[in-house]
Formats: sequence, C-alpha cells, structure tokens
Amino acid sequence: MKVIKNISFEIKEGEIVGFLGANGAGKTTILKMLCGLIYPSEGSILVSGNLPFRRKENFLKNITLIMGQKQQLIWDLPPIESFYLNASIYDLDKFEAKKRIKKLSEMLEIDEELFIPVRKLSLGQRMKSELLAALIHEPNILFLDEPTLGLDINAQRNLRKFLQRYNQETNATICLTSHYMKDITSLCKRVICVHEGAISYDGKLDLLLKKLSPVKEILIVCRSEEDAIKLENSGFTVKNKIKNEITIKIENNSITSSLKTILNNFDIEDLFINEPPIDEVIGKVLIKKDYDI
Amino acid sequence: MIFNLINRKIFTLLKVQYSNMLEYRVEIALWAISGIIPFFMLNIWTNNNLNESINISDVMLSRYFLCAFFVRQFSVVWVVFSFEEDSLMGKVSPYLIQPLNPFFRYFAQHLAEQITRFPFALIIAFFFFIFNPESIWIPNLSILLLSIVSTFLSFLIQFLIQSIVACLCFWTEKASSIERLLFIPTLFLSGLLAPVVSFPSYVKSWIYLTPFPYLIDFPANLLSGNKTNISAGLSMQILWIFLLFPLFKKIWSEGTKKYTAMGS
Repeated sequence: MKVIKNISFEIKEGEIVGFLGANGAGKTTILKMLCGLIYPSEGSILVSGNLPFRRKENFLKNITLIMGQKQQLIWDLPPIESFYLNASIYDLDKFEAKKRIKKLSEMLEIDEELFIPVRKLSLGQRMKSELLAALIHEPNILFLDEPTLGLDINAQRNLRKFLQRYNQETNATICLTSHYMKDITSLCKRVICVHEGAISYDGKLDLLLKKLSPVKEILIVCRSEEDAIKLENSGFTVKNKIKNEITIKIENNSITSSLKTILNNFDIEDLFINEPPIDEVIGKVLIKKDYDI
Repeated sequence: MIFNLINRKIFTLLKVQYSNMLEYRVEIALWAISGIIPFFMLNIWTNNNLNESINISDVMLSRYFLCAFFVRQFSVVWVVFSFEEDSLMGKVSPYLIQPLNPFFRYFAQHLAEQITRFPFALIIAFFFFIFNPESIWIPNLSILLLSIVSTFLSFLIQFLIQSIVACLCFWTEKASSIERLLFIPTLFLSGLLAPVVSFPSYVKSWIYLTPFPYLIDFPANLLSGNKTNISAGLSMQILWIFLLFPLFKKIWSEGTKKYTAMGS
C-alpha cells in the first residue's frame, strides 16, 4: 500500500513549516522519510544535501526528531545521565556538554528536574527534558511530531516560546506536525496540508485562512430594538437577531467600510468581531483533496 | 584521536547503563540464582555415577559444572527480546537517527548487567565451595586470562546470533519465536546440561562444526583445567565471530530498509 503519493516540496533554511492532516493522512510518514527513518520505495529526498536514508554521520549530527508520544530518556535515571550519554554519542566533550546543558536548561526553565529520575517527572518536565536531550548537539534541522501532545496549556505555550527562540537564535529549520492549531498558528508561516498521502495545499497559512473563511461575523448591540430592525433591513447579510442584538456577516475585504457605514447610520451600543474558530477552518482543509489559492 | 572518541562513547555508554542496571540489582541477583541449572546437572551426574563413563573424576566434573555456571552467567544474552519490544513499540526510532548503531546500546546494557551480576555470581560460587570443599582450586593466571577471553568470545558469538535473529523483527513481528527454536540446541549442545565429550563420537564430530560447544563447553573446560585444545577452541570462536559479523551487518542494512517505525 502506498502511504505517500507523488509529493514534491522544498523547504528553505530557517523556515518553520507545519504539516497538517487528519490521522493517517501521511504527515508523520513524511517526517520519518525526511529524517531517514523510513526508506522511500521510489523518488528522491535531499535534506541539506544528503540522502536521509543513508544516515551518514554528518547528516545525523545535523538533525533531530522529537516525537511527542515517544521518549529516548532512560526511564530509571535522571535526565542528566541521558544528556551526557547523548553528548558522548555526538562527540561533545564534557566541558562543551555542560555548557550546552546549562544553556538549554535555562531556555527551557528546567533545573532541579535534571537530577530527578525520569519516571518521577511530570509529562511537561519530561517533554522539556526530551527536547534538551534531542537538541544537545545543536541540530540545524528539527523534525517535531506532535511535540505538545498531552501537555497542559502553559506547558504548550512555553514549548512554543522555546521553539520560536531556538529558531531565531540558530536559524534552524523546523518541520512540525501537530493537532493543536495553536502550535501551527503561532509557529508556522507556511503549512503543507496532507490528504490521503498527497499534498492538498502548500503555502502561506494566512492565505489559506483567508481563503477558507472569507467572511467575518460581527455581533452588533443596538441601543434599541428599532435600530436593530432598521439594521436588519439595510441590506447586510444577517445571521440572526435577538431583540437589540444582531449578528451580520461581512466579507473580509469590506469590513472597514461596512463598519463605518454602520457606526455613522445606526445608534450602536457595542460591537464584537468574531474570528471563526481556527480548528473549524483548518478542519475543512483536512477533508478536502485540493486547495488552489 | 578517533580511538579516544570511541573509547569515550563506550565508557559513557557503559557508565550510564551500569547506573541503570544498579536500579535492577535485585532482579539481577534473582537472574543469577536462576542460572544454577549446571548445579542440578552436577547432582544428577554424580548421583548416578555417569561421570565414570566419560572418565572424568567427581572433582573435575564439579569444577566443570561450576565453570559452566560462571561462563553462562557472563555470556547470557537477551538482545532479541529487548530489540523486539523496542522495535514494535517504536522506541528504536530515536536511536536509529543517532550516529551510533543501536546495537551498541544493547551491547553496553549486557556488559553493564554482567558487571552488576559479578558479585552475586561470586557469592553463589562461595556457597558452592562450602558444600563442595574438595572442588576448590586456583587456576593459573594464564589459564584464567584465556578463560576470560574465551568467555567474552562466547558472549560475542551469542550476542551476534541473537542480534541476527533480532533483525528478523524487520520482517516478522515475532523474531523471539525463532530464538526459542535456537534455545533447544543451545541447551543440549553447548555443554550446559552435559559436557560435549559425553556425546557419542559420531554426534560429537557434528556438534563441533556448530557454534554451540564454543559457547559453554570449551570455556568451561578451559577454566576448570579439563583436557582441551586451547588454540583450536579459540580459533573456532574467532572464526564464528568472523562468519556471523558480516551476516549481521548485511541483515541489519537490509532490515532497516524495511523498518516502518511502527508505534511512533
């Protein structure tokens, strides 16, 4: 069975690209092929000039793979032991390893956790330690497969902040899959949508969002019900009306002019612009085969 | 320079795995105790005067089975089970993209386990001598050193055989079932239950063509001071390693192409 079919894309150095797709769409398989875990049955892949599957030492020293649901830390030992082990695997001397552990642990805000057995750490602390273990060799290319899976909101935010900082400081390229849309929207300018093993969209995230949700909903609270009735009959597309509250739909490109008209002609007490929920919008792309923007 | 780097990798791997194994010292003590099959076999042999048929004295036979116990303690291998589990659960994936073959981790795990096991094996030997004081002997230094080398070679042969079987995980999900098939000849032909010399001549000539007698029988005979051809035995051990290593490399390289990173 072919899991991935006829896909082609290029990623520039320093880019953060989000891979979006439903469960089983093939996004994790793409990451596994990019990092050299899976041997592609046909086609070619070049990652920083290397054929990933050959797993040459200089290629492996340049990449890392972090899987939210898998861990490489030794369960019964404190993370610091795994860090030193990884440091020696990547040929770092003890002094350099210490320096990097200190730097990364400060960035990740972990300290005492380094000396507590992994089995006693919380999921968030474990994930931070996993990140440290995976980044100790300062890779230029990061493959992240659902790195925030199972983390609470604060831990997710901290992880995103860390990845943003790592990307800014090292110009590392990051390929990311996540089912949490906040990860995608706050980290990725570009997304690649995968549907049944094929790419259904590859481009800027904001363009995709505009295409998928061309209208915004505006809730207007009028001073009186009469004003609401006048507004209802003034030609706007009305979604619903309850007493003096009316919800209208306005196209993205005419929001400013429409709001001016409303504020000048009606007695308005308050108004709210509602962005459509991002999960709902992206959800549409996951079930569609092709999106031409 | 390169040698230093490799040394440091192996040293760190061993150190970390030893710390890890110390967490399991109670289990390791129990495993050590569970390896006392040779002592049961000694009991069966001496109680039935079976040693007379192969012209080995009671004392030499008891030394043989004690040495068989020791060799077994330091050559026991379980890599197929660890690799099978890690492979099926996707735990191998992070190791595969590190610049070190994952089998070095398992190798270090085994060595670390042997170091942890050593004091328990000594305690068991101490009790053995209390109950069999006539068996006490001190092997000369050169024989002791050669026996350590031979036991390590035996461990290497078993590690390579199991690693080859473990790589079958890339094709079949239950490679450990194939290992169980190998357990039978290992048990009967390695010298764990009976010295290979006790087999009929025509069977013996076939057994010596397999790797099994070099796993326990040869190193145990060497250490216990029984008559054995040292250079032939060591040469056969080295030959088997030279035959098995390229086979492992080939099956590993073909197998990783089949790896689907299941469970991750």
